[in-house]
Amino acid sequence: MDDKIVFTYDVPADDFSRAGEASSDVKSKLKQLGTPPDAVRKVAIAMYEGEINMVIHANGGTITVEISPRQVRMVLRDRGPGIPDVDLAMQEGYSTAPDEIRNLGFGAGMGLPNMKKYTDEMHIETELGVGTTITMTVNL
Amino acid sequence: MTLKDVQMVLDARVLVGEEHLDREVRGACGSDMMSDVLAFSHDHAILLTGLTNPQVIRTVEMMDMVCVIFIRGKKPDATILQMARERGLTVLETDHRMFNACGMLYDAGLRGGH
Ligand SMILES: Nc1ncnc2c1ncn2[C@@H]1O[C@H](COP(=O)(O)OP(=O)(O)OP(=O)(O)O)[C@@H](O)[C@H]1O
Ligand SMILES: [Mg+2]
Repeated sequence: MDDKIVFTYDVPADDFSRAGEASSDVKSKLKQLGTPPDAVRKVAIAMYEGEINMVIHANGGTITVEISPRQVRMVLRDRGPGIPDVDLAMQEGYSTAPDEIRNLGFGAGMGLPNMKKYTDEMHIETELGVGTTITMTVNL
Repeated sequence: MTLKDVQMVLDARVLVGEEHLDREVRGACGSDMMSDVLAFSHDHAILLTGLTNPQVIRTVEMMDMVCVIFIRGKKPDATILQMARERGLTVLETDHRMFNACGMLYDAGLRGGH
């Protein structure tokens, strides 16, 4: 258990152009650690989608990444509005993103389904007006 | 095919990464919606897009794609080009529109993913 490495990132609320910096950093750290490329890509994509969601839907938050020999675990925590209907939000194509977000290339309603697809486990905890915590693991 | 072939098919200009034109390309994706791109799985792929913000480069980075092609009239700024340079990517610019550019590459044998 001591060979677990933990990284924590602040995801700023209002800086769309910097969204994804945390995921980018995790990606290069995993590569340096010699993680198989396929697993690196899964972690990177899932975390990036989650990070973008935190910026466009939830005023930012924090991400903790735990890397152990057998898995990478990501915990994305925000104090945004929460998700009223998780099953609906998980459907491909469902999005509440406004046009200005769509013009930035997001709002296809594919983020949460992608996060599910690229991870081995995904759990969403959400409360309206309090925030959302998404935990994802990718097995190595 | 290689990035050089892609460049020739599209009469594209190389904005960044001339030194990587011998890289192999095995698939392509044309979209302005980044999560659509992120849903796509293909190694050694290229992205055709009309979106010009830093998230294009991040998406390509997360996907391990090798090249971005900006279609007619979509000019990436210096920040985007610098990000691409730092990541060892190739950036091309073509005067063809999205539909035609995709069609020309398809004709040349390139395919989309699943
Ligand atoms: N962290 C979050 N806080 C509050 N709502 C969220 C959060 N993440 C997702 N949602 C809600 O779930 C919907 C679906 O999310 P999803 O990531 O699948 O699509 P999107 O972000 O709208 O578009 P895309 O991810 O394709 O760019 C969002 O439109 C939003 O309403
Ligand atoms: Mg999303």
